[in-house]
Amino acid sequence: MYRYDQYDQAIVDARVAEFKDQVARRLRNEITEDQFKPLRLMNGLYLQLHAYMLRVAIPYGTLSGTQMRMLAHIARKYDRDYGHFTTRQNIQYNWIKLEQFADLLDDLSKVEMHAFQTSGNCIRNISSDQFAGAAADEVADPRPYAELLRQWSTLHPEFSFLPRKFKIAVIASDTDRAAIQLHDIGLQLRRNDAGELGFRVYVGGGMGRTPVIGSVVRDWIPVGQFLSYSEAILRVYNRYGRRDNIYKARIKILVNELGIEEFSRQVEAEWAELAPLGLDAPQAEYDRIIAQFAPPAFDPAAPDDLDLSDPDFAVWVSQNVHPHKAPGYAIATISLKPKRGIPGDASSAQIDAVADLATRYAHDEIRVTHSQNLVLAHVKKADLYALWQGLDAVGLATPNLDLVSDIIACPGMDYCTLANARSIPIAQKIAAKFEDLETQRDIGELKIKVSGCINGCGHHHAGHIGILGVDKKGEEAYQLLLGGSGAEDTSLAKILGPGFDENGIVVAVEKLIAFYRGARSGPDERFLDTYRRLGPAPFKDAVYAG
Amino acid sequence: MLDNQDQQAVAGAAAPALDDAPARLRFRDDAPFESPIAPLADFLAGGNFAAVRIDPGEDVRTLLPHLGRLKLVEIAFPKFRDGRGYSSARILREAGFVGEIRAVGDVLVDQLGFMRRVGFDSFAPNRPLDPAVVAATLARFPHVYMKAADGLAPVWALRHG
Repeated sequence: MYRYDQYDQAIVDARVAEFKDQVARRLRNEITEDQFKPLRLMNGLYLQLHAYMLRVAIPYGTLSGTQMRMLAHIARKYDRDYGHFTTRQNIQYNWIKLEQFADLLDDLSKVEMHAFQTSGNCIRNISSDQFAGAAADEVADPRPYAELLRQWSTLHPEFSFLPRKFKIAVIASDTDRAAIQLHDIGLQLRRNDAGELGFRVYVGGGMGRTPVIGSVVRDWIPVGQFLSYSEAILRVYNRYGRRDNIYKARIKILVNELGIEEFSRQVEAEWAELAPLGLDAPQAEYDRIIAQFAPPAFDPAAPDDLDLSDPDFAVWVSQNVHPHKAPGYAIATISLKPKRGIPGDASSAQIDAVADLATRYAHDEIRVTHSQNLVLAHVKKADLYALWQGLDAVGLATPNLDLVSDIIACPGMDYCTLANARSIPIAQKIAAKFEDLETQRDIGELKIKVSGCINGCGHHHAGHIGILGVDKKGEEAYQLLLGGSGAEDTSLAKILGPGFDENGIVVAVEKLIAFYRGARSGPDERFLDTYRRLGPAPFKDAVYAG
Repeated sequence: MLDNQDQQAVAGAAAPALDDAPARLRFRDDAPFESPIAPLADFLAGGNFAAVRIDPGEDVRTLLPHLGRLKLVEIAFPKFRDGRGYSSARILREAGFVGEIRAVGDVLVDQLGFMRRVGFDSFAPNRPLDPAVVAATLARFPHVYMKAADGLAPVWALRHG
C-alpha cells in the first residue's frame, strides 16, 4: 500500500488549513455562497436535502485497517453511526455538521486521508480494479499508476476549473471490473511483445444524461509518458469542452461532436507540445511507488485445499470468493447488500469489524468496489472459514455477490437534492422478492442498478436490468432498461417500454426474471446473454402483454 | 516583488472614477505597461499594438508568431468558474513568452495560487483583494505535485534529486 512521505503529508496538511481558512472567510461573509460552492465541493462537501454530506476520498478504493477504523470513528463521532460506500470507491457521510468539519478533516489527515476532489469540476478520485495485485489475469498491479495519477491531478493548477467533473479509471486485466469504458478516461495497462508496459487509452465514456461508451483515442502509450498524454487530453478538454450548457459539458460531448479521429488529432498535436517539457515523473518515482505496492510475502507453504463441509460456508465461498494468483490464497468479497439493508451502507461496528478481520487475515488491506461492496484481496484459504465466521457475526456474510439482490442503488430522494425518485426502497423491494438464496443462485449473475434521477449515479445504463427514477407529473415513476454492462463487454441498457409506479417496477422485474428462467438456453446462460441472444421483443412481451 | 502601489493608490484616492478602477496586484519588477490593449481580432488584423486581450474561447496560439512584440497579454475571466484562461496563460509561457500576463475580471483570491502556477504575473480583479489573505494564500502550499509554468520543482524531483 502507498504510504505518505513528508511531501504528501505537507500537501494534505496545507490543503486542510486552506479549506479551514476558506470556511472561516465564508462564515465572515467575505466570500459569497456562489464563490464558496466550488471550494467546498472540491473538498468533498455537499449540501444535501437534510444536512451537509461529506464524501471522503479512498484513492483507487484501497484502505489500510487503520484507515478503515478511522472511517468507523468518523461515522461514530460525526455522523449517525454509519457510512455509505459509493460507486466511485469512496465513502459518504450524510449527517455532517459544518461546525465539526475542521475537526473531522484533522482526524482524517492523521491517517493519510482527506476529501479532496471528490466533487467539483475537477479530476475526481481515481478508481481501479478491486482485485488489483491479486488477480491472476493482470499484467501488473494497476494501482501504482493510479497513485501517479492521484498525485498529478491533486491541485492541478490548469485543470481545477474544468467544464465539468472528470473521472479516470485504471485497470490491468482484460476483465474489466472498473467500468473503464464508461469513464472520461479509461486506462488499460497492457504488455507488448517486447515485454514493455503501456496503456490503451479510452476517452469520452460516461453515463449520466447522455450515456456513451468510450472510444480508443490511443492504442498504446508507454507507461513512462501517460501523465503527459493525460495532460494533453485534459488541455484539449479544458480549452474546447462546452461551457454553455452544464448537460453538454462532459468530455464525451466534445469527443462526439468532433469525432474520435479529430479529437485524437488534437490530442496528438497538444501532446507534441507537452511531451518535450519533462512533465512525466522519472523512472525512479515509478520505482518508488511500485515498491510500495509490492505484494505481501505470500506463504509458499499455504495449503491450497479448502474444507467445504459446512454448507453455508461452501455457498459463501462459491459465490463471494475468487481465485488468487498465489497458490493457497483467495480473494474474498464482503457483500454490503444484506437482506433489507441499504446498498453500500455499513455501521461503525461493521466497519471496525472488517478492519480487524483485514488486519488479522488479509494483510491489513481492504478494497472498496464500484458495486458498493468490500474486498479482502489476500486471504489464506486456510483462514477463509474463520474470516467467514467473523463476517457472519456482524451480518456481513451475505453470499449474494453479482446475484439479483446485489443491487447498486444511488442514495435517491431519501438523501439527494437532485433525485426525482427514491432508489433505496426499490432495491430493497426487489431484493425482498428474491430473498430465497437458492432462487437467486438459480437465476445466476444478474446486475440490477437503480438511479433516482437522470444523472445516473446508480449506473442504470450499465445494468443488466437498469431502473431509472423519474418525476411524472409530481409522482415518482420508474423506467425499465435492459441489456447494459459495465464490464469488458460494455453496452448501454435500452428502455424497454412505458414506465411504472413503485410496485409496478417490482412486478415488471419479477416478470422479466420469470421469462428469462424459461427462455435461457442452459444454466450457464446469464440474463444478459439471453437478452443479447433474443433481443428485447420477447422480454417486452413478457412484461407488457396481458 | 509584490507591488501593491496600484491597490494603495485606489484605496487612498478621493476621485470617484478611481474608486471604480480595479485594484491591481503585480509580481513583476518592470514598469506597468499602460498602452491601449487591443482585442484579439484587432491585434491579428495588423494594428501596431504591444498589448492584447484574450477572451475565453479565443485561441491563444494565434499569438505565438507575434510574441516578440508583445509586452502584455490580458486574459479575461468574465466568470471565475470558466477555466479556459488557465490553459491560455500556460500555453504562452510554454512558448517562451516572458512579458506580463494579466488576469482580469472575476478573479478571486482562492484562484491566485493556481493562476500564479500557470504563469499569470499580474491581476486586475473586479473587486479588490485583501492583501493579508493574498499573502496567506500564496504562501499556503510548501510543495507541488506537478510541473506547471512557474518553474517550481514537483515533489518527484525533490524526492529523487
